[in-house]
Amino acid sequence: MLIKKNNELSENEVTDFSVYQNRRKFMKTAAGLGIAAVSGLPIIEASAKTISPYSTDEKLTDYKDITTYCNFYEFGTGKEDPAKNAHTLVTSPWDVVIEGECENPGKYNLEDLLKPVSVEERIYRFRCVEGWSMVIPWMGFPLADLIKRMQPTSKAKYVYFETLHDPKQMPGQKRAVLDWPYVEGLRMDEAMNPLTLMGTGIYGKDLLNQNGAPLRLVVPWKYGFKSIKSIAKIRFSETQPVNSWQKANKNEYGFFSNVNPDVSHPRWSQRKERRIGQFRKIKTQPFNGYGEQVASLYTGMDLKKNF
Amino acid sequence: MKISEYKFSRILKPSLFVLLLLPAIYYGWGVWQDALGANPLEAVIRGLGDWGLRILLLTLAISPLRRLLNWAQLLRLRRMIGLYAYFYVVLHLLGYLWFDQFFDWEEIWFDILERPFITVGMVAVILLTPLAVTSTKGMIKRLGKKWKKLHMLIYPISMLGVLHFWWMVKLDITEPVIYAAILTILFGERLFNKYFK
Ligand code: HEM
Repeated sequence: MLIKKNNELSENEVTDFSVYQNRRKFMKTAAGLGIAAVSGLPIIEASAKTISPYSTDEKLTDYKDITTYCNFYEFGTGKEDPAKNAHTLVTSPWDVVIEGECENPGKYNLEDLLKPVSVEERIYRFRCVEGWSMVIPWMGFPLADLIKRMQPTSKAKYVYFETLHDPKQMPGQKRAVLDWPYVEGLRMDEAMNPLTLMGTGIYGKDLLNQNGAPLRLVVPWKYGFKSIKSIAKIRFSETQPVNSWQKANKNEYGFFSNVNPDVSHPRWSQRKERRIGQFRKIKTQPFNGYGEQVASLYTGMDLKKNF
Repeated sequence: MKISEYKFSRILKPSLFVLLLLPAIYYGWGVWQDALGANPLEAVIRGLGDWGLRILLLTLAISPLRRLLNWAQLLRLRRMIGLYAYFYVVLHLLGYLWFDQFFDWEEIWFDILERPFITVGMVAVILLTPLAVTSTKGMIKRLGKKWKKLHMLIYPISMLGVLHFWWMVKLDITEPVIYAAILTILFGERLFNKYFK
């Protein structure tokens, strides 16, 4: 008997994605020629209508690979574990607690949090600290939008994030591989940078649980583990948070964790990366290729020390 | 325990030969059919390393099993199993050289010098090579007592193999701990057998 795995895509869905890709190509050309508005052709989702100047035009990683090859230790430490186990996570209703140095702290229902924002598409490179990378068409909105609404005080120097902590929904949390809950942090200027995204979807669809539903961070110039998933708490703080991987091993993982080919992980080189879906490795770029937008955040800092 | 010569050399040994080849066939097939997930090359390198280590431990399990089951014939399977361990480890190394580093020798040299887990793996393969080379009947005769001494190297090699895995792991050391436990049992049985029996 053939048992179909629940995360397998149907023929239809696969077609959807090639259509998605082609549509994007068309829109890009159309936008380039300035004919999108007058072409009269049906352009489907409003959210994907405009192409963000921050988006890359590199070949997208397959949806199947993005949704089956994940690091999300809350659902197991194997790459394929999250896709198998994450169905136990309940993402609706979802609350996000906002606290600390801001004028509008409180417990927000996700829907209320999302109501005033307009979700857009951003195609970013995503580089994991382990040496692999993807190109992911995220849906989301700038974190800066949310921060402004919360009106941080002058004491707010950092933004701290926390993943949901509930071993019943996240069975991987029954084992103390990391110090749960998973926490991450950004300096305020990093958080306010227009590249920094609150992700809500991939390929025009809502995030799947294994990719950090319903709300996650996307910081494309930093190693993947900075892009914390399934966010349940955000805190504005005066002091620099200690992120989970730094807590686990501070010699190997730092606070900044900017993609940097010149600073090796103690156990492997970061000079190259394997783009999922390609055979040959490619060279890793400083700040994952986003130096133009973010290098100035770190002028005067020794990036070898502040890795 | 003893089985007939016919059953041993016509059934048991050939079956084991095929069985130990299956992982290699699986990874070959998996690459060809693109059935190894999002990162097939990593899956191949890791899978070959896993099987190299497993079969290495199987080699070490033969003499305890022989004692446990009182089954002398088992020893005649050991060379084949040992050579299979070498086969998988060499393929694992080739996988690393080829589709992890694409024969970038400078980078490889740097890796061997700078990354303890690679250093340890490399030492293990280098030490394993003379054992594979001297596994023929002629060599066993020619080396006599020295052969036994030389093949004691399998003990540090297997420890290096487990250490290599341990140091490679990012955080979750469950698997290397299991291998280390098995190795401890295999070594413990030998010590017990030598000193307390
Ligand atoms: C007796 C020798 C060796 C044994 C028994 C061995 C075994 C293993 C095992 C069990 C793993 C872990 C696989 C997993 O995660 O499931 C591994 C990983 C690895 N080994 Fe070896 N290995 C040996 C020699 C070497 C050598 C000589 C090299 C390279 C010079 C090497 C390179 C690697 C690499 C790069 C990985 C990690 C793969 C990754 O991160 O994807 N190994 N090895």
